[in-house]
Amino acid sequence: MSSDTALRADALGKRFGRRGGWALRDCAFRLPTGRVCAVVGPNGAGKSTLLSLAAGLTAPTEGGLTVLGTSPAKARPRVGHVAQDKPLYPQLTVAETLLMGADLNAGRWDAAVAGHVVKDLDPRARVRTLSGGQRTRVALALALGKRPELLLLDEPMADLDPLARHELMGTLMGQAARHGTTIVLSSHVIAELEDSCDHLLLVAGGRIRLAGEIDELLDAHLRVSGAAAGADLGPHTVVESRVTGRQLTALIRPAGPLAGDWRTTAPSLEELVLAHLRGPGAPNPTEERAA
Amino acid sequence: MVDYRIDRHSGVATYVQIVQQTKQALRLGLLRPGDRLPTAREVVEATAINPNTVLKAYRELEREGLVEARRGLGTFVRRSLGAAPADSPLRAELEEWADRARGAGLERDDVAALFTAVLDKHFQGDPS
Repeated sequence: MSSDTALRADALGKRFGRRGGWALRDCAFRLPTGRVCAVVGPNGAGKSTLLSLAAGLTAPTEGGLTVLGTSPAKARPRVGHVAQDKPLYPQLTVAETLLMGADLNAGRWDAAVAGHVVKDLDPRARVRTLSGGQRTRVALALALGKRPELLLLDEPMADLDPLARHELMGTLMGQAARHGTTIVLSSHVIAELEDSCDHLLLVAGGRIRLAGEIDELLDAHLRVSGAAAGADLGPHTVVESRVTGRQLTALIRPAGPLAGDWRTTAPSLEELVLAHLRGPGAPNPTEERAA
Repeated sequence: MVDYRIDRHSGVATYVQIVQQTKQALRLGLLRPGDRLPTAREVVEATAINPNTVLKAYRELEREGLVEARRGLGTFVRRSLGAAPADSPLRAELEEWADRARGAGLERDDVAALFTAVLDKHFQGDPS
């Protein structure tokens, strides 16, 4: 597998327990290195399962997943992962936690980056006394200090106030600019990812619904509105359409020039995602292109 | 040095906002030939936008000949914008014309509309 691929999934599936339902099924996608990828989808869609598979914490039930050109287990030293529950040692202080990080990652530890992320915290404070947002910072300091080539962050913003979110995003983007770190972050708040991410994985019901470069996905879709009577979107793929009174609005993937009297606008990322979640039958353009 | 401010709700693509704000700084003389633009890292740490967005904006500015990337050093301003400095003869003529327009009883909005219409006619299709 070439080294310009951070993640590659082929027919990837994960089932918890022999009789449990499938948390993920038939997932196929490729994430090139150097991207900042948003993993979005409803709660319970399979986002966390996907991230913990990539982190090598659980093994796939079927199919394959390649991380940085190798197996998830072998890639682990080069991968930073911050799980949703941010596992830390509660009895350690902030400073002791970072020392532990330096010990565990001897040879590649970046004390300056780690220290910067927790610069507002008291180094002598014990982890168990910290707020959720402060713990997030400690967990991130551990993950970033490792100088990962791939950073997997599960809902990293959930516990943070708006100012801390902006600062954290700035730190992450700086990391990507300086080291070319591939960053994968999950969230169900799309608007806060729109400016920071350039790649999208939309997960719903354990399937990949949409995958690719955000610019390309947006360019491939149009929002159209016009008279509902006699409306014919014939050759185009209609992702979602709604009729209000005499007006029809739809999000389509044009197959060619649009015939008829339609007003068209470019969709936002949020509109694109919501339309694909509401109109579950629409095919994934990236899959088609790959085929 | 410029400080980019990104307005997420403006409807203008983020990279276009960076291009526009750079040009504005060039027109106002806040950026001059030889000045260094902030590095992608500096911009993204302050604005939390994707590094590729900054690079895309800088490539666009480079394509227009306004800046040049020097390997390992940064991106530098090549030329300023605005061929008509404050004291050019063109400005004097425009002053005269505005004076006559006012004398003829036109209001500010009328003059602005007229000027924009002529501008559109003569600079049709040019990038703004």
